[in-house]
Amino acid sequence: MICVVDYGVGNLRSITRGLEKAGATVKLTTRIEDVRSAEAVVLPGVGAFKDAMEKMQPLKEALLQEVKNGKLMLGICLGLQVLFEESAEGGNYEGLALIKGHVARLPSHVKVPHIGWNTIKIRRENPLLEGINNGAYMYFVHSYYAIPTNEEVIVATTNYGVEFPSVICNGNIFATQFHPEKSGEAGLKVLRNFVAIVKEAV
Amino acid sequence: MLTKRIIPCLDVKDGRVVKGIQFKNLKDAGDPPELAQFYDEQNADELVFLDITASSDKRRILIDVVERTADRVFIPFTVGGGIRNLDDIREVLCAGADKVAINTAAVKNPETIREAAEKFGSQCIVCAIDAKRVRANEGCEDNGDKIVVETPEGKFWWEVYIYGGRTPTGIDAIKWARIVEELGAGEILLTSIDYDGTKKGYDILLTREVCKKTRIPVIASGGAGNPEHIYHVLTDGEADAALAASIFHYGIYSINDVKKYLHEKGVPVRL
Repeated sequence: MICVVDYGVGNLRSITRGLEKAGATVKLTTRIEDVRSAEAVVLPGVGAFKDAMEKMQPLKEALLQEVKNGKLMLGICLGLQVLFEESAEGGNYEGLALIKGHVARLPSHVKVPHIGWNTIKIRRENPLLEGINNGAYMYFVHSYYAIPTNEEVIVATTNYGVEFPSVICNGNIFATQFHPEKSGEAGLKVLRNFVAIVKEAV
Repeated sequence: MLTKRIIPCLDVKDGRVVKGIQFKNLKDAGDPPELAQFYDEQNADELVFLDITASSDKRRILIDVVERTADRVFIPFTVGGGIRNLDDIREVLCAGADKVAINTAAVKNPETIREAAEKFGSQCIVCAIDAKRVRANEGCEDNGDKIVVETPEGKFWWEVYIYGGRTPTGIDAIKWARIVEELGAGEILLTSIDYDGTKKGYDILLTREVCKKTRIPVIASGGAGNPEHIYHVLTDGEADAALAASIFHYGIYSINDVKKYLHEKGVPVRL
């Protein structure tokens, strides 16, 4: 079972359907037991940074512990950003600090939010992008982007006013700034790859 | 590179997709979930679902139809029609919408946009603006606070209409676009009532004025009759995305026909 953390706002139906279509059994949850028993945890991409961190507070310790013990995690959009130490969204707020770095607002010389289909430039091979072409189109909706301290975690980048990381991997933690559940066939492939990684690990 | 988006629109009435001319004379065009899946498979960049009579009937949106439609698509899905408050927005997002389009409620209570953007994020709040040309008083300065634009047909300003194009508001559409941006809307869905369903092309002047005066993405709507019209609104009109209904529903052109045409003309699209 893969559990999707429910922050209490926004559309979680799409990511649930996407993972199910990719072959996973999915449970939406706010409970520590589910985080502990799941084979993998997905942090979805809906809502604002501060709200998401508040909603995750009761789960925070369990999440950190499970991930440190090697549990697989996939962060999507906001779910990628909360992995970092802090974000400038709506003030300055602390994240889960699973990856070193911070989250900043996209530059003001481009239209923000960055909404639409943009290409990913693959920097290095990663099982999450198995079968995905360099230059594939993915769907983005965000106003902030992550700046990792260690560039080695960057798997792919995308350009929008700035070259930002669109796919990240740090050991057992995977994350995408785009929405795979909204990126048509290419996005479903990313989800199938994640489900395959989970199944292989079990 | 960020592409221009091609967005088919499902205008839904009584649970069926319909299409009219200038918001009237509605004809049946199919089942929402079926058409939605068809467009997803056809490479549509997004999908918009508008319950076009929810607001004028003063009832809530058809949630079960939204759910069944959302379950069939893996591209961004925007839902509008009869959205009145934060509870309605939450319900629609939980039903599987990625964004909500707010029109009448935004005009009646602009704070709805601010509250919704704070609660759910700007990225999922689309402000829909239905605009209609009003002939300006020629040779007279008395156009009040309206933004008057010179067109080949004379001088006009654009008035915001609500309740599915039935009720004029006296509000200048271009100014309203700037206000909704300030309130936190993440996108504008701009429909020309004059051109809607006419297949004679988009209202390029309206689209360009709104795009020049705002900094958020603008989806142009109303009037698409062929790929050239879409090309014009994405280039001369400066729109970020083009929405169309009839030309896709009745199979006159496929999404890929339009995208190939745009690609050949040098417009960045996702093929």
